[in-house]
Amino acid sequence: MASLNGTSHNSIDDELDFSDIEAKYRVDFDDGFDSIIVVDGVPVIDRSKLDKLLAKISKEFSRKGAVIKQDDIFVPWDDNAGKSKGFIFVDLGNPDAAAFAAGAMNGHPFDAKHTFRINRFTDVERYASIDETYVEPAVEEYRPKEHLRAWLADSQGRDQYVTYRGDDVEIHWHGKPSQCEIAYAKKNWTELYASWSPLGTYFATLFRQGVRLWGGPSWEPQHRFAHPLVKLIDFSPCENYIVTWSHDPISVPANLPQGPEFFSPEDEGNNIAVWEIKSGHLLRTFPTTAYENEDPAMKKQMQWPALKWSSDDKFVARVTPGQHISVYELPTMGLHDKKSLKIEGVVDFEWCPHGEKDKEDAEKPVKAEKGVKKRENMLAYWTPEVANQPARVTLINFPSRTVLRQKNLFNVTECKLHWQNQGDFLCVKVDRHTKTKKSIFCNLEIFRVREKDYPVEVVELKDTVTDFSWEPKGERFAIVSSNDPNLGNPGPGITIKTDISFYQLDRTKNDFKLLRTLTSRTSNTIRWSPRGRHVVLATVGSSTKSELEFWDLDFNTEERREGQNVKEEWGSGIQQLGSADHYGVTDVEWDPSGRYLATSASAWRHTLENGYAIWDFRGQELEKHILDRFKQFIWRPRPRSLLTKEQQRQVRKNLREYSRAFDEEDAAEESNVSAELIAHRKRLLDEWNAWRARCKRDIAEEKRSRGQKLNGEHHEEEKEEIEEWIDEVIEQIEEEVVE
Amino acid sequence: MLLSHILVGVLRTMLLVDRPILLQGHERSLTQIKFNSEGDLLFSCSKDHIINVWFSHNGERLGTYDGHNGTVWTIDADSQSRFLVSGSADNELRLWNVSDGKCLYVWEFPTAVKRVAFSDDDERVVCITEQRMGHQCVIRVFKLNRDGDGTTQPEHMFSPIGSKATVCAFTYTPNLIITGHESGKIALFDVVTGTEVLNNERAHMDVVTDLQLSADRSYFVTSSKDKTARIHDTKTLRVLKTFATETPLNSAALAPNKPYVLVGGGQEAMQVTTTSLRQGKFETRFWHKVFEEEVGRVKGHFGPINTIAVHPTGTSYASGGEDGFIRVHHFDESYFRVKPYGDLQLED
Repeated sequence: MASLNGTSHNSIDDELDFSDIEAKYRVDFDDGFDSIIVVDGVPVIDRSKLDKLLAKISKEFSRKGAVIKQDDIFVPWDDNAGKSKGFIFVDLGNPDAAAFAAGAMNGHPFDAKHTFRINRFTDVERYASIDETYVEPAVEEYRPKEHLRAWLADSQGRDQYVTYRGDDVEIHWHGKPSQCEIAYAKKNWTELYASWSPLGTYFATLFRQGVRLWGGPSWEPQHRFAHPLVKLIDFSPCENYIVTWSHDPISVPANLPQGPEFFSPEDEGNNIAVWEIKSGHLLRTFPTTAYENEDPAMKKQMQWPALKWSSDDKFVARVTPGQHISVYELPTMGLHDKKSLKIEGVVDFEWCPHGEKDKEDAEKPVKAEKGVKKRENMLAYWTPEVANQPARVTLINFPSRTVLRQKNLFNVTECKLHWQNQGDFLCVKVDRHTKTKKSIFCNLEIFRVREKDYPVEVVELKDTVTDFSWEPKGERFAIVSSNDPNLGNPGPGITIKTDISFYQLDRTKNDFKLLRTLTSRTSNTIRWSPRGRHVVLATVGSSTKSELEFWDLDFNTEERREGQNVKEEWGSGIQQLGSADHYGVTDVEWDPSGRYLATSASAWRHTLENGYAIWDFRGQELEKHILDRFKQFIWRPRPRSLLTKEQQRQVRKNLREYSRAFDEEDAAEESNVSAELIAHRKRLLDEWNAWRARCKRDIAEEKRSRGQKLNGEHHEEEKEEIEEWIDEVIEQIEEEVVE
Repeated sequence: MLLSHILVGVLRTMLLVDRPILLQGHERSLTQIKFNSEGDLLFSCSKDHIINVWFSHNGERLGTYDGHNGTVWTIDADSQSRFLVSGSADNELRLWNVSDGKCLYVWEFPTAVKRVAFSDDDERVVCITEQRMGHQCVIRVFKLNRDGDGTTQPEHMFSPIGSKATVCAFTYTPNLIITGHESGKIALFDVVTGTEVLNNERAHMDVVTDLQLSADRSYFVTSSKDKTARIHDTKTLRVLKTFATETPLNSAALAPNKPYVLVGGGQEAMQVTTTSLRQGKFETRFWHKVFEEEVGRVKGHFGPINTIAVHPTGTSYASGGEDGFIRVHHFDESYFRVKPYGDLQLED
């Protein structure tokens, strides 16, 4: 049989293994002993009682459904003692019946003293002939697995990114110009798109048959999840689980391999599957949420991710709009507390992300338990206005399910929940309509989650807000607002005029105050650097505008210190560092270190000037590649730093020393590179000149053979100087001279 | 008493004409432009049936050569600037007197003339006629009667087997011509026997759109729709250098006295309306011919560049576009002074 130990499915490309088929169709020669069972524990009798005993035994067997006749029983006899030997053979006619009888009668209490012990005759034979000498099982050779996070140990501290163009998938190193190189490339590595896991450990590619995860320095296949025609995937935040979705409902054909890694018949018809990554096991499948009310207006696009993970991977939840939120516990995937959170009219919810502090707390040993109360998971959801009920945003703790804060809202069209990535703030972007429902304006309801009683503050705006973004690890946010009349009816060639505003938490008054508004832009996308402070405003998806603006929000301060009040004018630190243009840009992404920005124009959106560019945080172009059929660019994410706060501070303190070393390295390398380049050019030049000399000889020879004059009479061109005078009448003065 | 009128004129001298010079003498897209061997004249032909001749230093039009009744695809002038040959979609090859514009002779063929070229001794002309309406692509070589008109019968004629020829030129060896083909092939033909002496099937991956020789005809540059321009050795047809761009190329030229190759192209004419100006890449791009590195770009056209020609002394260049304009750029002084790669001893 094909081995089931997990290696077989990795070797799909290896030689085909026919052993399972061979085993299946192997012709068994029938030795006839298959149908015989050995019954032990039969009373020892003498001849006189034989008939009685046989009748009793056959009756007992028949009662359990294994019909035998007395003739089928053979009783071995101890002739010396004149007694039976206490065991009998029963022929049941065929192996199936024998198997059944063995199962049914084994352990059958015959009477108070005797209990039947049944074995198949062939088994007795087999076990009797077992080799008694102990053979030590061969130890499978230990093959060390590659470290999945080896890329972090790169001596040059480079980041990686993946590009997908045509059928080619390439993984690149990105560092200083001389250190940029392709780490790995493979054709047809994916059939749909590629993806990184959230901490960068795995690289996922999608095929018709399912999802494959790859990793390690040599990009060995790590795991696979057989979900046919998979279209969407989503990792859990800690990379323990993966969710897959296919438009086609799961069907389980009869010959599908079985096991914990495969779908079973009860999964049929579902679309969403949850898998455990390390074991590769399927945990549970779900149907795509069906909208109960078949209102076509409600039939919007399916939300993805359909399942939302709490940031510690302990829970996963899905919403059934209008009814309830179902929270499942991991790793069992059972419904928590066996009941969903019933919330009338619920539309959407979001888990509160865990900040770095939370994660550190969680990792601390339990000793600190009584001192610091561990923060529970928190989730926020909102319900729209129904009948006389106002719309409402609710913050609850989970798993205790206690309501922490509720806020009623009026005239609500739509809400969006935006958590700051450390879980410090929650902003609810509320699109409100006027009484006439003709115009829409926007309120931002900001919950300060770390403070007592969860104070809420409202920022009222007159315009529609099209994009909202928190500064990572920061107390600022940026919004794109617009009052363009064309908003909402996009057409070709229409670029919407927008305003960009920055807000910051004013620590003295404890509310969010406007830092600065940039008016009359076309930017529609905000991308904060993952380390905060720097932000890029981009005009994406427009056919006429494609601007990138690079801003620094702490231009004046050397270093932003947490919690320290900066004594300077409000909003004076905002400075534009540079601007750039990437025609047809469709995607804008910071690298995980916040030093570089990648912009790409994907062939999935349009076919004009596809390719990608990498910029530094000031907006200087570092590289640009125009590649037709370019599809995808993704930076490899990095896991959280392993350095403690103290170590990080130490590094920052000694920055000057480090940078000196780096500068030296840079200088050495620069001279190295230029020397290499010069040598390369010299070689090209010498080759060219040598070839030219040969050519000249050839031509001279050719001409000589034709009896022509050598090109001696290179008639000296009399250079003719053409001087052109153009007269232009600028003014005419007519004077009358009186004599 | 005398009343006299005195006219006072204030004169100002302008030393330079506005540059670059925009030549607006064609109503339709340019097909080929050529400097004469001294470089004082610039010939241009276009889809509007007209051949123009210009003073290259100031862009003044000297005259036209009227007579063709179809797109003029190609022109070439001899080294003494006495004769001009032109090939047209009206299936005619014409011989003109450069100085007075008189048509000296007309050859008629079954199909359009796509390319003409003079030999280096001005004695012969090679022309390619289009493969169309059951007629094969034919390469003909004529010997010119330099005292009057041309001969009536082609001296040699043959049809290349396989992909049709799109461009051709004489090599420094008599009776040997280079051809560029639709398939991207580059070949050497012996015109006497009509046999293919040598070929490079994989010189380009798509149609060869232009072929221009170095001054001594020992190497040549080709452009192709496969988005590359390449330098080839005339003797071996080996590809020496490749210049890869992002757009289909229509023309490539060698700059004398400077190690540069000029390439031009852009999106296909039929796609131009659907693409924006910046998308089209309607720029003349300068590449270092030995290092294969791009050194500069010149914008200006608002349609694809169809043809580029460089002044024989390397002091200026002209480009003709799908937009119907010819732009004559005179290199400024810094072009000659700047040495972007330091002092190089480079053979031309």
